[in-house]
Amino acid sequence: MESNWTKIIKPKTGWFEINIKELFRYKDLIFLFVKRNFSVQYKQTILGPLWFIINPLLTTLMFTLVFGSMAGFSTSGVPQFAFYLCSTALWQYFSSCLTQTSTTFTSNENIFGKVYFPRLTMPIATVLFSLINFVVIFTVSIIVNIYYCVTGQNVVISWYFLLVPVLVFQTALLGLGTGIIISSLTTKYRDLAVLVSFGVTLWMYGTPVVYDLSIVKGAFAKVIMLNPMTPIMNNFRYAVLGCGNFEVSYWVVSWITTIVVLMAGILLFNRVEKTFMDTV
Amino acid sequence: MSEVVIKIENLKKKYRLGTIGGTTLSAELQSWWAGIRGKEDPNMKIGLDKSKYGDEFYALEGIDLEIHKGEAVGIIGHNGAGKSTLLKILSQVTAPTEGLIKIKGRVSSMLEVGTGFHKELTGRENIYMNGAVLGMTKKEVDSKIEDIIDFSECRDFIDTPVKRYSSGMYVKLAFAVAAYLDAEIMVMDEVLAVGDVKFQKKCLGKMDDAAHTEGKTVLYVSHNMTTIRQLCTRCIVLNHGKVVFDGDVEKAIQVYMEQGAVEMKSFYDLKDSKRPSLDHGRTLHVNSLEFINKTAPSYRNDEKVVFEVNFTSNIDIDDLRIYYTVLDEEGKIVGTVQSDVICSPRKGETRTCTMEMDVSNFVEGTYSFLLDMYSSSGMGAHLSYDHPLDYIYFEIAESAEQDTIFWQKRYFGSIRLNGLKCIGCT
Repeated sequence: MESNWTKIIKPKTGWFEINIKELFRYKDLIFLFVKRNFSVQYKQTILGPLWFIINPLLTTLMFTLVFGSMAGFSTSGVPQFAFYLCSTALWQYFSSCLTQTSTTFTSNENIFGKVYFPRLTMPIATVLFSLINFVVIFTVSIIVNIYYCVTGQNVVISWYFLLVPVLVFQTALLGLGTGIIISSLTTKYRDLAVLVSFGVTLWMYGTPVVYDLSIVKGAFAKVIMLNPMTPIMNNFRYAVLGCGNFEVSYWVVSWITTIVVLMAGILLFNRVEKTFMDTV
Repeated sequence: MSEVVIKIENLKKKYRLGTIGGTTLSAELQSWWAGIRGKEDPNMKIGLDKSKYGDEFYALEGIDLEIHKGEAVGIIGHNGAGKSTLLKILSQVTAPTEGLIKIKGRVSSMLEVGTGFHKELTGRENIYMNGAVLGMTKKEVDSKIEDIIDFSECRDFIDTPVKRYSSGMYVKLAFAVAAYLDAEIMVMDEVLAVGDVKFQKKCLGKMDDAAHTEGKTVLYVSHNMTTIRQLCTRCIVLNHGKVVFDGDVEKAIQVYMEQGAVEMKSFYDLKDSKRPSLDHGRTLHVNSLEFINKTAPSYRNDEKVVFEVNFTSNIDIDDLRIYYTVLDEEGKIVGTVQSDVICSPRKGETRTCTMEMDVSNFVEGTYSFLLDMYSSSGMGAHLSYDHPLDYIYFEIAESAEQDTIFWQKRYFGSIRLNGLKCIGCT
């Protein structure tokens, strides 16, 4: 008799009780959230999905002007526009994963307060939706690269390109992990929500997005290399543009950091989701 | 007895009083630092006793229940009894503090219709969205979408964004999705009063089907005794986080009514109440008012509200009368009653008058009034002797007659008007 219960509601679940099976059962919901975000985002705008491209293109142009032409940062000989476009694509993916998942609890308070579904569906959907965004801009980036390649500029497309999905996947995990840690903590401490946008900007300057690793020297270099996004960004540019060196050892460190952050995030999230309605 | 599908064991839910949650990190650090140095917490509210700060409050104080397959269980109780908390825990919106709930089968809860609706999406997209939020897979929605659209009566607008819908259409669509949920256990809050009267009837019918013909287990929370009667086969009364009655619907409603009335006083000491002016209460002073023949002022509307007014007169009054304006729960004026001459007290006399009020027109609800004792000049002007500013409450807990339509107080008011009948039909 006792074993027939399909669900048991307990005061607090243990740290490691994560219901992956249930999450899988709600996969339709994840896709619907993605679809909803997609179709809602640019409804009633004239340019519609074109905004997917316009936004990062403008950022890239700005970077090219400010950091490329004015500050004269090294891009290892790669055409500046290609360099910044590629960096922007990955960085924007990371930052949107992070910032958008970081408001999971606070911005969905209404729906979370009324009905139960695995809360993790929300951040996962966000990450997938941002992926669409990324794919679009990355495609543009590749077209630009092919143009430079064909016109004989310093752009190399190699077998390393096959590593791109791995790098993007890692970026998603890291963004998701950091985002859900913040979202779990913001249910109680609202300070973090304010910190996020500033923190992400700061993180960007601590990551070789607008500059190349070759200009980083001294003790500072160690710190920057321990930033888990640094090897990802560096290797991503190596795979796509063929600039700089391929980092292996720091990439391993970065993977370990990513997994630790993600696990910590999921555990914390799992813990908080049960009672966050009482504290939010 | 069929098998148990929900088993609740010693369920408790604790909330902390005061402004505990939602502090900022810096405030928390401040408090912590002050605590370390043995200083007073800078974030403590002024005037708040330290021992009281962080007081706990049990919304549920140990609930034990077993619910069997196919039962339609009504949960009633006054505000703050713990109904919503129980529903929230059952639908896993929040976790209990202690205790266990074991469930057999899929639970779907409707604490609100239209959860997950997005105004930019079309009706059809929202059906999928809402369905998924409530736990349906895409396939399940696919197989039911035609029925859902039919039920919602919104077929012509199904591919229009719901932001263009009227509020009536919106709730109809929302209820339609919920009505076709495939769960074995349905947890429902008062979601019934949606749409127009015709649609409400349809909703009720659908819920009735779910409970009685489809063999689903239904948990239904409501303040509306008529629907509880119609839908439920068993009823649970909650009070202050405890189950005070479990069993027969009629008895439960009786318990609920009496219990609600306990919170209302039947005796009012009006001797020292405030008066609107110094003149009031000088020539005639009301001492008390007491509802009699009842443990509490809770009535069926075919009963008479009977109360005694005790007062002392300091002058001779020839034609003492009483009038008062009855207000509803929201303080809206329902109407005013006035008495005939009740008596002619002489100077120095203390009298007790028994008053009887006809409430047959009243619908269910809590009413209040301020007593006024006056005499009329006979020309429409009146002289008020006393007017104690303490509201007297009474409750109409049940109507003797069944309404043929669902009484929406918001739109219909608190009085059933009489006098409409057919005197000929050709």
